[in-house]
Amino acid sequence: MNILVCVKRVPLTGGKMVLTADERAIETRHLGFTISPHEECGVEEAVRMVEAGGGSVTVVTLGPPEAEEQLRDAMALGADRAILLETDGSDWDPEATAAALVEVIEGEAPDLVIFGNESADSGGFQVGIRVAHALGRPIVTGLKALAVDDGQLRCEQEVGSARDVYRVPLPAVVTVKEGINLPRYPSVPAKLRARRKPVERRTPPSRPPRLEMVRLVVPESRGRQAEVLGEGPSAAPAVVELFQRLGVA
Amino acid sequence: MSRLPEKAGVVVIGAGIVGNSVACHLARLGWSEIVQIDKGPLPNPGGSTGHASNFIFPVDHSREMTALTMDSVRQYKELDVFTQSGGIEVARTEERMEELRRRMASAKAWGIEGVRLVTPAEVKELVPFIDESVIVGGFHTEGVAVVDSLRAGTLMREEAQAAGALTVVPNAEVTGIDTERGRVRRVRTADGDVETDTVVIACGVWSPLLAKMAGASIPLTPAIHQMIDIGPVPRFAGATKGIEYPIVRDMDTNMYERQDGTGLEIGSYAHRPILHDPSAIPSIEEAALSPTEFPFTEDDFALQMEHALELMPEIVGDESVGIKYAINGLLSLTPDTLPLLGETPEVGGLWSAAAVWVKEGPGVGRAVAQWMTHGESEIDLQSSDIARFYDCQKTAVHIRARASEAFNKTYGIVHPGEQWGSDRDVRLPPFHAREQALGAVFFETAGWERPHWYESNAKLVDEYGVDGRPAEWDARWWSPIINAEHLAMRDRAAIFDLSAFCLFDVAGPGAPATVQQVAMRQMDVPIGRGVYTPLLTPGGGFRSDLTIMRLGDEHFRFVTGGLHGMADLKWVADHAVDGATVTDVTSAWTTLGLWGPRARHILASLTSADVSHEGFPFARCRTIEIGPVQVLASRISYVGDLGWELHVPIEQGARLWDAVWEAGEPHGIIPAGIGVYGTTGRIEKGYRAFGFELDGEYDVVEADMAWGKVKDQDFVGKEAHVRQRSSDPAAILCTLTVDDHSSGNGVARYMLGHEPVVTRDGAPLIDAKGRRSFVTTAGMGPSVGKYILMAYLPPEHAVEGGELAVEYMTERYPVTVAVVGSRAIFDPENTRIRS
Repeated sequence: MNILVCVKRVPLTGGKMVLTADERAIETRHLGFTISPHEECGVEEAVRMVEAGGGSVTVVTLGPPEAEEQLRDAMALGADRAILLETDGSDWDPEATAAALVEVIEGEAPDLVIFGNESADSGGFQVGIRVAHALGRPIVTGLKALAVDDGQLRCEQEVGSARDVYRVPLPAVVTVKEGINLPRYPSVPAKLRARRKPVERRTPPSRPPRLEMVRLVVPESRGRQAEVLGEGPSAAPAVVELFQRLGVA
Repeated sequence: MSRLPEKAGVVVIGAGIVGNSVACHLARLGWSEIVQIDKGPLPNPGGSTGHASNFIFPVDHSREMTALTMDSVRQYKELDVFTQSGGIEVARTEERMEELRRRMASAKAWGIEGVRLVTPAEVKELVPFIDESVIVGGFHTEGVAVVDSLRAGTLMREEAQAAGALTVVPNAEVTGIDTERGRVRRVRTADGDVETDTVVIACGVWSPLLAKMAGASIPLTPAIHQMIDIGPVPRFAGATKGIEYPIVRDMDTNMYERQDGTGLEIGSYAHRPILHDPSAIPSIEEAALSPTEFPFTEDDFALQMEHALELMPEIVGDESVGIKYAINGLLSLTPDTLPLLGETPEVGGLWSAAAVWVKEGPGVGRAVAQWMTHGESEIDLQSSDIARFYDCQKTAVHIRARASEAFNKTYGIVHPGEQWGSDRDVRLPPFHAREQALGAVFFETAGWERPHWYESNAKLVDEYGVDGRPAEWDARWWSPIINAEHLAMRDRAAIFDLSAFCLFDVAGPGAPATVQQVAMRQMDVPIGRGVYTPLLTPGGGFRSDLTIMRLGDEHFRFVTGGLHGMADLKWVADHAVDGATVTDVTSAWTTLGLWGPRARHILASLTSADVSHEGFPFARCRTIEIGPVQVLASRISYVGDLGWELHVPIEQGARLWDAVWEAGEPHGIIPAGIGVYGTTGRIEKGYRAFGFELDGEYDVVEADMAWGKVKDQDFVGKEAHVRQRSSDPAAILCTLTVDDHSSGNGVARYMLGHEPVVTRDGAPLIDAKGRRSFVTTAGMGPSVGKYILMAYLPPEHAVEGGELAVEYMTERYPVTVAVVGSRAIFDPENTRIRS
């Protein structure tokens, strides 16, 4: 099965979020970049399906030239090749992004297209659905399990504490969520192989955005999230009580 | 209420390994009301200590750094945070094997046991997951270990707290350091201010920012060191402690690999230098990991992964072993690779303990605390003294240039004579163009470009029949022209560029008392006298040795070496009494040296002044006219020949050069370089040099410089000096000559300094103070036809005619003790100087 996974380069935040002076971007001077955990699981899932059943994994992104780094990361997890839809770094809205991806996917004609459930930065939840709609393919979102079964795709979607199971014909589009698998850490040989794998660069036709970003706002901090239960042995009763409350003891 | 007390005996800023150690040792030395502040949380405030790889390889070519490391090893062991693993520095090339042989010599010279050269098969036995076919051998050090530097810091803080001497205030950012009349007054923080007259900056990569708050400079740059951690490694699955296999340093690729529990850590100094501005380090809140763990830049590590894969394919090539952690970690680099320790020259009471690695942290803490307490430390810190820099060496451009150049030499094969390539031509004497025209080969000292020899003298090599050196290493950064220049000087006369001298004046009503206080020798001398004198530490060791000219009743000029000049200036200024001013005149005056049997003829033809032996005796200085130039001439010699230092205002230097050159031509004058002045000329005469023979760990009696009686007046170190005179020295500085230069394969070898002096059987010589004998200076004595070594020997071996050996590249060469003490091997009666 040939699988195409779509990913997005986003800042790797961890500390306090700082905006640029014009409040239109996150200050990334001190930050590294990554893809969202959902997308990382998407790549892992695709690689596992191909390892088990044959085929190939192509990873695609739309982003600045530096997004090659994320494509290489994905190839270090096992994707075979990559396509970079190169932009000048400006923001593309979900509609324009989906349109650019549709063009690629039509050319590649993969059996399965995997997205993360939503991007880690803008969180639009849209691109996967727009792509599926444009291609006329079925889409199932928010998946926690995925399998090919008798030529069909078996999709498990988390609903409360239960799961809905869908069977869809291929070709299809899915969006997956973190937890569907535990992505591997890339090995050194895999990293080195990834450096030699092909990255095809294309320049997508730009479309005037219909969605305009006015400015970013960092939400009020929720304050201190950790509670100190005590120090040393005297903290033990409080810890036991907490464990009992959580039902783990 | 503020968590900070209103006043403190001392404020230590920083709670990494260095700050914790300084605080602990200050408490042990009796300091009280110590306040330690860090902007981060404890026990890991987020500096470089928190992500350090924490391993210790003790052997270094620097005696000072080895001593600090060995003291740290002792302290880490006492704290029980020391896990010995052993370590191997592996060689992929024969050139590296030679460097490892040199490391054997350094280990023996500095007294580190448990080292040996190992074959690839022996490496494989110790490190079974290595591909031994990649290497040609290794250097195994049993004592290599991993330490828990965070735990060590916590224990040291707790000790000082338990003693009631220390208040620790984490999560408090210092916002200012106030000074008054050049001294520290208070430290300001977001949590309130604390009054104090002593501050220690132990803030690692942030140190320059803290120093700047007080108007001082700590010249370092944060730089990236990349490392990754891979795992879980199947072979380490049952690991019961952090490290069970020796640490491997893959020297030729500038990398290391070490077990870390079930993982393998791979670190590199091979990538491009990546420097950062201290002000651009993110805050603790902003940082994704810690402020000193920057995002990993994989492109810079690609080649390193290939190299690690070559060396350890079993682990690194295992597809199941993943990269779990990868960072660009920040560490501190300085312009000359050495730490920045001591009181800053700009601000009194403001101390620096920065640019220190985990391996030497506790030793540095102890030494700096001793220095703050006693005015000196057991381990002489002269190479690390923050006062060593000239202003041009504290600039951002210089720091970045030299740090970049040094970074990839972290595991490099660095020749003792190796010159910097970057940021040269900063301090140029007025003679520079003339020297260039004469084919000068320039070496740098203290930012100055100094001719080391002149290619225009190449013809003298044949004329004087000077031999070369067949081994490339021995001949690197050297030329036989040096020896030829030496012989021509002894034969005729030579002109030397001595612009790199550091010159400073002590003047005013307090000048005589100030000079008397710092100088060991009698300074109550007539105007026009030049006095060569040691400056002593309180404990009677050498703080410096230099010449002082008395130019007036209340005016003295100090002439000292450029390398240590700024530290000397600070020392004298620190001891200045009321009414004395200390003024640096280095950039106002320049110096030419004129020496050789024809020197008087040349000088006499240039001046109407009486320069006869009677009219201008030795050790006198006076102003004479040479053409339109008033020249301060000083009859003195560091090369053992008749002649003068000629000091002139710097803008008139070129005119003086031309006059001397023209007058000298009929006498066959040559230009001679520092190769003669610094080595061949002085070593034949047994002249000692600060930083080579002389330092704080040896005294005047041991150096055999206790001539004459002790002056009646008080001076720094007097009590100790008197005591040293009345007891037998533990070692005596001797001159040795090499009997046979032939190596095992028949190539003549010439040692370069710092080699161990041993018995003919190879046993090290250890004196009563536990110090080992090593070569302090090595060089040719062209006029005596011998290769000369200087070394301190224990009394039982300090016997003229005694047969010893020197170890060089693991081979032993027979040497003979030629002179015990300071008598010259050439012209011992000093007839030339006093002719």
